[in-house]
Amino acid sequence: MGEIRFMKGNEALAEAAIRAGMQGYFGYPITPQSEVIEYLAAEEPNHDYILIQAESEVASINMVYGGAAAGARVMTTTSSPGYSLMQEGVSYIACAELPCVVANVARGGPGLGTIQAGQGDYFQAVKGGGHGDYRQIVLAPNSVQEMVDHTILAFDLADKYRTPVLILSDGAIGQMMEKVELPEPIPYKPDKPWATTGKTPDRERNIITSLYIQSDDMERKNNSLQKKFRKIEENEVRFEEYMIEDAELIITAYGVTSRTSKKIVDLAREAGIKMGLHRPITLWPFPSGRISELANDGKVKAFFSIEMSAGQMVEDVKLSVNGVKPTFFYGRTGGIIPTPEEVIEFIQKKAGEL
Amino acid sequence: MREGYEVIYQKPKTLTDNKMHYCPGCIHGIMHKIFMEVVEEMDIQEKTVGVCPVGCSVFAYDYMDVDMQEAAHGRAAAVATAIKRMLPDRIVFSYQGDGDLAAIGTAETLHACNRGENFLFIFINNGIYGMTGGQMAPTTLEGQKTTTSPFGRDKKSMGSPLKMTEIVSQFDGVAFAARVSGNTPANVRKAKRMFKRAIEIQKQNIGTQFIEVVSNCPSGWKCTPVESMDWIVEKAIPYFPLGIFKEPGK
Amino acid sequence: MPAKGYVEILVDTCKGCGLCVANCPTQCLALKQDDTNVNGYHYSYMSEPEKCIACMNCAVMCPDSVITVYKKKS
Repeated sequence: MGEIRFMKGNEALAEAAIRAGMQGYFGYPITPQSEVIEYLAAEEPNHDYILIQAESEVASINMVYGGAAAGARVMTTTSSPGYSLMQEGVSYIACAELPCVVANVARGGPGLGTIQAGQGDYFQAVKGGGHGDYRQIVLAPNSVQEMVDHTILAFDLADKYRTPVLILSDGAIGQMMEKVELPEPIPYKPDKPWATTGKTPDRERNIITSLYIQSDDMERKNNSLQKKFRKIEENEVRFEEYMIEDAELIITAYGVTSRTSKKIVDLAREAGIKMGLHRPITLWPFPSGRISELANDGKVKAFFSIEMSAGQMVEDVKLSVNGVKPTFFYGRTGGIIPTPEEVIEFIQKKAGEL
Repeated sequence: MREGYEVIYQKPKTLTDNKMHYCPGCIHGIMHKIFMEVVEEMDIQEKTVGVCPVGCSVFAYDYMDVDMQEAAHGRAAAVATAIKRMLPDRIVFSYQGDGDLAAIGTAETLHACNRGENFLFIFINNGIYGMTGGQMAPTTLEGQKTTTSPFGRDKKSMGSPLKMTEIVSQFDGVAFAARVSGNTPANVRKAKRMFKRAIEIQKQNIGTQFIEVVSNCPSGWKCTPVESMDWIVEKAIPYFPLGIFKEPGK
Repeated sequence: MPAKGYVEILVDTCKGCGLCVANCPTQCLALKQDDTNVNGYHYSYMSEPEKCIACMNCAVMCPDSVITVYKKKS
């Protein structure tokens, strides 16, 4: 059993990054995730990593680029408006194939928005808020324990595929306090021959770039990136299911709404409704294969995507269901978490119309 | 080679064999060359990591035979900051134009200088945006005509040209700030000495090194290379005086 | 009497910018007006080689590093 602590989500993410062997943190304060940089600033004298409070999120993501390209394990964290500022950087990091971890502790939007939890950044995270044809692995924790587990996983996946990995959390998970088990610190030793560590006589100079001005070169690069993305899709899908075996109505939800969705399933079952929950853990690669499988199961009647947004993940659910069964959406914006009562009322109404 | 003669000057080995794409007479070529001469002479090729900008010198990594990173436009100072923090024993430099360093990258430039990040800024100031076709830069002179100041830069609506070396020399974090040029052999040789001095200061880890090069753009200024050097003497240097603005111990 | 120095110029890499010509103190270089290189530039050449003093100004100014300077051994 590892060390047990009672921690806030943001702080757990920070502590997990330290144990994952993070060497550089470059960030800018923004609610509801400033605890990450504060925790790391307080812990800095006890560890070997470097922390810089950068002048903006733009500077932060570019410091991440430089540190990653120099071969280090680096991270930044932010919330929705700050994540918007980072989009150019993420596009560059994805094309230059640099490993790094970014966390978006999402809040309500659009615009300056609210500081409450939100799930309106799904499109930005999963479809690519930055320009160009790229993808990034997106992990969606729904507990403080997963803030720890996903941070460790994110660093490993980033190095495995030389890709940016986004932890898409939200203000509720970031702020809530739960018991966590922390792993032993990982003895991380970088081994990155492609990094810009200085051209020794035994090799050519290493160039980290995303500039491919000749069309043929740009297409070649894109094809190789796509090949990598297909490999990630085949190997890294993660999801969790609850009461799915005999479910006729299936809720799809992630993050904080997946927590309330468990309660919704329990209440529905008490009322005699055969409800189940499918919780994507990787928003990209999306568990479309599994959802398609569920859709094609004779007993399944409909899907309900429950989100704190105006309806974003529901589009990926619909694509996966591919018209085989009806797919509905229920959501609240403004940082309002849908209550079990209002969701069950909606589901019963729609189920009655089927 | 003829009998009785010896080589006294040749292309440094730290420049690649690639032919430079710069316009004829562009000071980029001169500065790439003398900086790479310094890298060769100080025997730091294995330890040097550079960051190149978006601008005409976006392909600097095709010419300088050292590990390099391409930065997003304006962000070289942030990128170089992280490289030096992660690899403190390497010699790190950024190489940027006037748009990159003094327009879109102003925040990153000033904050890296304010924090005293221990790398060398090489700031190539030619008062124009060359790569994108000759638009106005933050360092375009008053009255100077560019494609976005076709009637001449108007101070009232467009502001005055920025004097970056003077600005950064006020930061405690900056150890060395100097302005040089590449318009004459004497100034080119002086610039090389400044680069060498900056690297020596980097090895002491006492603060940011910042060297501005008053440079040319025959294509954007619509004149010959030789005429562009005259423009530097007559118009640019009077506004951007050469010299050392801050050095250790003074 | 052989010149104090001489230069070799990579003809096809020269862009005919004229900086070497303008900065030569003895004016021993010129751009070849009756010929162009593979890129169409009037390249630099030693028009009066006996005047070369191996000052290296030309090579120092050359943006394309096309000039190698030789000096008479003492």
